[in-house]
Amino acid sequence: MLKQFRGTHEFRLLLAVVGLVIFLAVASPRFLSIQNILDLLTSTAFVGMLAAGLLVVLVAGSIDISFTAVASVAQYLAILAAGHMGIGWFPTLLIASIVGISLGMLNALLVHMLRLSGIIVSIAMLNVYFGLLMFLSDGQQIFSLPDWFADALSWVIGTSARGDPYILNGQIIGLVLSFVLTWLLLNATGIGRQIRALGGNPEAAKRVGFRPLRLNLIAFGYLGFTAGLASLAQAQLAQSVAPNVLVGRELSVLAAVVLGGASLSGGQGTVLGTILGVAVLAIMQNGLILLGISSYWSQCFIGFIIIAGVSAIGLERRRQRRRTRRNTDDPEATPLAGGLA
Amino acid sequence: MMRHIALSSFAVSPTNRRLLGLLAVLIIVFGFAVGKNLFSPAALWSMGIQLPEFAILSLAMMLTLLSGGLDLSIIATADLSALTTAYVLHHVAMLGYGGIFIAFAAGLGVAALIGVVNGILISLLGVSPILATLGTMTAVKGIGIGLTHGGVVSGFPSLVTFIGNGTLLGVPFSLFILALIVLPLGLMLTRSPLGTFIAITGTDESVVRYSGVATYKVIIKVYVLSAMLSAVAGFIMMGRFNSANPSYGESYLLVTILAAVLGGVDPNGGFGRISGLLIALVILQLISTAFNLLGLSPFLTLAIWGGTLVLTAGVGILRERFGALHVFRRKLS
Repeated sequence: MLKQFRGTHEFRLLLAVVGLVIFLAVASPRFLSIQNILDLLTSTAFVGMLAAGLLVVLVAGSIDISFTAVASVAQYLAILAAGHMGIGWFPTLLIASIVGISLGMLNALLVHMLRLSGIIVSIAMLNVYFGLLMFLSDGQQIFSLPDWFADALSWVIGTSARGDPYILNGQIIGLVLSFVLTWLLLNATGIGRQIRALGGNPEAAKRVGFRPLRLNLIAFGYLGFTAGLASLAQAQLAQSVAPNVLVGRELSVLAAVVLGGASLSGGQGTVLGTILGVAVLAIMQNGLILLGISSYWSQCFIGFIIIAGVSAIGLERRRQRRRTRRNTDDPEATPLAGGLA
Repeated sequence: MMRHIALSSFAVSPTNRRLLGLLAVLIIVFGFAVGKNLFSPAALWSMGIQLPEFAILSLAMMLTLLSGGLDLSIIATADLSALTTAYVLHHVAMLGYGGIFIAFAAGLGVAALIGVVNGILISLLGVSPILATLGTMTAVKGIGIGLTHGGVVSGFPSLVTFIGNGTLLGVPFSLFILALIVLPLGLMLTRSPLGTFIAITGTDESVVRYSGVATYKVIIKVYVLSAMLSAVAGFIMMGRFNSANPSYGESYLLVTILAAVLGGVDPNGGFGRISGLLIALVILQLISTAFNLLGLSPFLTLAIWGGTLVLTAGVGILRERFGALHVFRRKLS
């Protein structure tokens, strides 16, 4: 088991994360402080939750990048309802989830009916959702959040030596919950195995009798669900809602998931890998700040990490393909990666 | 497939016929809704001045789509090239026209370098195009932000602003640049071996490899061309705003893919014509200008653009289904 794990992408990524953590812990004493770890988790919650959802769609062999627009719509409607109807946190969460799931499923339905690739449909729908939201809301921000919203689902779990409270907030809980749910969906349910089979070899999955439309509805719907959750986490962090702050972050979520080893050609990708992919980017950003490197350069660093990561994965996949080809002497033995989703 | 590629570009393809039909409908509808303001010189001018940069970026995207790829780094490349040119202009401009020439050459050089990196990542390292260009996009934009601290570099010689704002024979100068790009690019795609190889690479890469052509050379050329086209679009934006910034034009990125697909470019590679793309761009620009004249939010334009793609694809599917029904009926009778 351990020997098997040592050859995987996740293992190398784990080494990279551990190396990064050790380096930062030595370079900056603040890095491993409880407060910094809580801050790190809080600030990465939005991207992490979306990454957990996107992983499922990638594993299913498709792609959806409209989730930031879906999150914006869900966030706006849920907070609007919470402010005007005086509902509690559970109905608010429910509204955000339902909006997210519906829009996600609409994407899946369109991909199926239009016979276009997920990336094209989701780019179109990103513009539709975002354009309509901005048009109908007139770009208005919402500042008057309900009173309970600021510290909903938050608990003080301790105090620092100086008496500052350590707060376990809704964003961290949502982050953990999303990854646990995704792990359960992909690894502990028949649906999850069917989704992976569909992504690995759609034709075979169809012949076995799996229904692609149903599985895609579930995968896209699940991404919509995490988008709904993530949107509320982000609103709690920002303490305001603006319809235009989330759109534009979709590609950095995609970067985190593929750094974690998920393939755009489907079937591949694990929750552990995704967590590590998100962690590398988050720790990197946090570390650059702690090391006092100008934040203007952080995007550049991240770009080079993405390039290095995807190159390593590309080379590894190529080597694997060659090995399979040599063993089976059949060039069609593995699905060719590298296509457009 | 060869026939499809070699077909004379003067014949109107079914896709183009459908697009021209849509364009005619839109001109009539908007003509009634907006009135004669839609065809006023001011409106035509605003369409003409906005179209070229969008069109050139879409061409850059289209080339990579034809080869079976995708280039997410076009906007970042356009901005970094413009920044490079701006930097050289501010430091070497003393040389007069020679300095301006060097500045543009430097901008194009940076773009070509980015294109080579994209091409190598995709063809030699086997990284999927989306991911490779996602990485270079982030890094290239990061370099721009790092160097400028996200700020604006402004103030250029009049020759530079002329590229974005100037008029020649009553027509925006940037439209001439677009025409100068479209003609050779069209010839390259339809009449040259490289064009054929690009299209075949997009359909089935192994065919090109087995026919003894180094596919990596084709791919690298595609991404270098795409990057250099982006740089030209960057120069036009720089001229129009009289400034350069690492995040100008970001809203174009995903929309160029929409435009290309609406114009009949197969997102899986191989098929697509420049003429289709150009008609699609005119449609999108017409919607944008008409909405603007009607006083509607530019965000509604975005939504309608997305909706147009979904609807056109939907109509295509319906037509296919009814077409099949038709054939079936004919067989029965």
